[in-house]
Amino acid sequence: MKSSLWQCTWLTAIAAALAWIPSTAAAEDAKPFRVGIVTFLSGAAAGPFGVPARNAAEVVVEALNAGTVVAPYGNTKGIGGAPLEIVFVDEAGGTTKQVTEYRNLVQQKNVDAVIGYISSGDCLAIAPVADELKKLTVFFDCGTPRIFEDASYKYLFRTGATATIDNVAAALYLNEHKKNTRKIAGINQNYAWGQDSWNDFVAAMKVLVPNVQIATSQMPKLLAGQYGAEISALLSADADVVHSSFWGGDLDALILQGAPRGLFKKSTVVLTAGETAVQKLGDQIPDGTIIGARGPFDMFAPDTELNRWFRKVYTDRYNVPPSYPSYKMAQAIFGLKAAYEKAQAGGKAAPSQEQIIVAFEHLTFEGPGGKVTMGLGKGHQAVQGTAYGTVKHVGDKFTLTNVTTYTAERVTPPDGVKSEDWIKGLKAAK
Amino acid sequence: MNPRDRTLVTLVAALVVLLAVGALLPPWQFLATVALAKGCAVLGLMLLLRTGLVSFGQGLYFCLGAYSAGGLGQFLGVTDALVLLAAGCLVAAVVAVVLGFLLANYRNIFFAMLSLALSMILYGLLVKSQALGSTDGFNVAPPTLAGWALSGHDGRFFLYALACVVAFAGALTLDRYFKTPLGRLAAAIRDNELRVEYMGASVRQAIHVKYVIACALAGLGGALTGLTVGHIDPEMAYWTTSGEFVFVAILAGTGSVAAPFLGSVLFEIVRSVAYQHSPNTWQLALGTAMLLVIMFLPRGLWSIFATRGKVA
Amino acid sequence: MRELLPVVIDGAIYASWLFVVAIGLTLIYGVMKILNMAHGSLYALGAYAAASLGGAWFAGGHSPYASYAILVLAALIVGLIAGPLLERGLLRFMYGKDEIVLLLVTYAVFLILEDVIKLIWGVDPYFIAQPYGMLGNLDFAGLTYPVYSFVLIAVAIFIGIGIAWVLQRTRPGKLLLVVIHDREVSLAMGINVSLFYLTTFTAGAMLAAIGGALTAPTVSVVPGMGVEVIVLAFAVVVIGGLGSLPGAALGALIVGLVRSAAVHYLPQVELFSIYLVMALVLILRPKGLFAGFEARKI
Repeated sequence: MKSSLWQCTWLTAIAAALAWIPSTAAAEDAKPFRVGIVTFLSGAAAGPFGVPARNAAEVVVEALNAGTVVAPYGNTKGIGGAPLEIVFVDEAGGTTKQVTEYRNLVQQKNVDAVIGYISSGDCLAIAPVADELKKLTVFFDCGTPRIFEDASYKYLFRTGATATIDNVAAALYLNEHKKNTRKIAGINQNYAWGQDSWNDFVAAMKVLVPNVQIATSQMPKLLAGQYGAEISALLSADADVVHSSFWGGDLDALILQGAPRGLFKKSTVVLTAGETAVQKLGDQIPDGTIIGARGPFDMFAPDTELNRWFRKVYTDRYNVPPSYPSYKMAQAIFGLKAAYEKAQAGGKAAPSQEQIIVAFEHLTFEGPGGKVTMGLGKGHQAVQGTAYGTVKHVGDKFTLTNVTTYTAERVTPPDGVKSEDWIKGLKAAK
Repeated sequence: MNPRDRTLVTLVAALVVLLAVGALLPPWQFLATVALAKGCAVLGLMLLLRTGLVSFGQGLYFCLGAYSAGGLGQFLGVTDALVLLAAGCLVAAVVAVVLGFLLANYRNIFFAMLSLALSMILYGLLVKSQALGSTDGFNVAPPTLAGWALSGHDGRFFLYALACVVAFAGALTLDRYFKTPLGRLAAAIRDNELRVEYMGASVRQAIHVKYVIACALAGLGGALTGLTVGHIDPEMAYWTTSGEFVFVAILAGTGSVAAPFLGSVLFEIVRSVAYQHSPNTWQLALGTAMLLVIMFLPRGLWSIFATRGKVA
Repeated sequence: MRELLPVVIDGAIYASWLFVVAIGLTLIYGVMKILNMAHGSLYALGAYAAASLGGAWFAGGHSPYASYAILVLAALIVGLIAGPLLERGLLRFMYGKDEIVLLLVTYAVFLILEDVIKLIWGVDPYFIAQPYGMLGNLDFAGLTYPVYSFVLIAVAIFIGIGIAWVLQRTRPGKLLLVVIHDREVSLAMGINVSLFYLTTFTAGAMLAAIGGALTAPTVSVVPGMGVEVIVLAFAVVVIGGLGSLPGAALGALIVGLVRSAAVHYLPQVELFSIYLVMALVLILRPKGLFAGFEARKI
């Protein structure tokens, strides 16, 4: 008796749960433009990347819908007059999970476009699905050049530059500001991003300093957190330059554990994604450290009206200034808006997806980090310059000196050439 | 009706229902395909659980299966789904035969931990292999079936149907296996190894065979997952993947060969719903759901369907 | 080519960290036969509590040297709250279930705590770096090491000896060994077994939190920091032999030294060095280096 009662209760519960799931998306009026936004909301990448990106999406979309954004996006409310609606999804859980959730966004939530993805693995997995489901998709952050160098896609765009620029520009910067570099060492996380960053950097350095020596390449596990032995190995390596593409908690730990031990004094440390540590840890990053922001973002951003506006609304809401993932998210949303409105061609009617895609290809639009051109991958991949600077505390204040910007042409291969091949022909002189 | 037929009838009915539901609800096909693929790995794990063993390293074979199928497609241009699935299954089985000689000596937590260590070593090797894309992995071209591409709206349905048939075949085979003398040894080994030896059976050999079957199923599931998702990466060998299989197996219960698939589908649905409805707190929702099942359904989800007494 | 001394020092520092992080896990397993997946969350809770309390301490302008006591205090508070809450509120209803089901229960707790931490502290990093640099540095073999790292070694030794002393020399400790040896007979002899379970779990939770609190000054306290620790602690404990105190110490030392040697001489293998050691040890000694007593099975 008891068991059959239980059975009934459970079956009812499951049936209720299943009924509650919107299996066929609820009908809604076609007016709002629905965007699925996928970024890390949990796990180690949430703090440094995912949540700053989500926050940027929230303030920007809110301001767009209220019509309070400054030029060049002040003319229309929302996106081409239609209010924007966002659906957030957590990027955690691995590629299988993400492909499932992407399909759910498209097929069940009926979004009009998807903006997202920080992890390169997720981007690689989502790319073919975007074309399969024929859904306009904008990658805002992931860095692997493989996406558009190994394949081409119709429905897919990436409004952020590839990771190639980070390490090529780092090498160029050293070549300019630290001419006596003879011996380099690296500490990078042991996964695709860390390995690619180190390989690109070494390849570029080998071109610029033909007899460069590689003292050691440390590859600790992602999220290892304890780098005592690695720091010892780097200290004994006696290198002129230590390269690191660390981010998030790992980067913080490297600074906290390396600085007291003199790592940053003994070698010039280049932190290609160093910008994310500046907000919280700026006073702990020793003078002389070279940091980048993976593009012209945050302290490297141009002093434009749009940038000033973005920094203000973001800081007012979250009490911290936007970091580079916030910039890249804003850039993606503005890119989509620019393409959409270009497709409208001055009219009021909603353009078709095909029209937006045609407008998006080879588009040049403005983001808070300056002009972005969809110049690679048949007009689907953004090219953008980047910048590096050297840390110098003035009093208690964190500042950068020797800030050098590199144009997109200097750090990006031309269309159709693979990054790894292009780096081998890198020219030092301007 | 004798019990064997009863299972057959249930499974056939389940197959028909699955196909019909999938045809009616295309948005759920993908999730269900992945769930059935993972269900294969869980089914193998159930065989081990019935023997009293828990492997925290089925990800090793899941990943091997996926990489074998994906590698064949990527580097040798093989696209036939059946060939790729067979390859995944076979590679996993061969590796399991070798490692089985070692693992068959282990029990309890040590079996779990050694299998975990082995799978993490594969993970490390793959992360090191930049030719295979390191942690980013690589994409797998859409498979074909008899020269017909399994992509697009109809193709996806046939891939789903293939997953259903594979799951059906796996469940039926395992059900038959449980009814052979060697299969029946599972419960005996779990309850008392010593007495099994006194009876004249070799516990070691029995465990070895079961291990190979379980791993072949994991390899099959991995290959199917790779083909469905279109992308594979080393995370498939990470301990969290293996852990997920164990959790689904326990939550589902070992009451029937259909339980792993039911558990897997429900787990994926619950997780997906949690993702969609509370993107910021889905772990909280999932964890709570797991605790509720453990507390109120100690014999696993399957006990909802099984009447008292038939569960054992 | 390179001197051996840095390898040994780095290994010892890492080993002491591993030991502090793993000891609570082996204690709980030894007594209660629960492989506590929530160990990583308790570790993270300890780190968060230390960062919050320590941050407030420094912001209040109090004596910086007392901040070490604050770190430990934060961990003790976490242990005293989370331990009894989990044991009385959840785990005690689960005793008698399969080991694997208990593992699943603690995994669910881990998932829940991950989000609870996020709800309390958000996703931004927390820092409590002052105690790390405050004690100055020591130079060894041409390398600079913070004194804090050596303090960590001392703490690890102190905790190890302390637990051994409690188990071997005190009355409750001896009774606990009886409970470990035979739960039913202990009950029959009038030992309050459930009190021992409660105490053990609370102590284990405290040790996990102490691990987190002492790690906090060297890292940024961020979501997900507990995840990596779980498998690391499992590996150490399994290498040493589950439930064995000297085993955990030896396991930590072996893993620490092997990892340090890998980093110095062969950085390519660092990624799976720990799992190679684990597999090798299990192949050579199937139950770990210090195998616990056999479970009864007739």
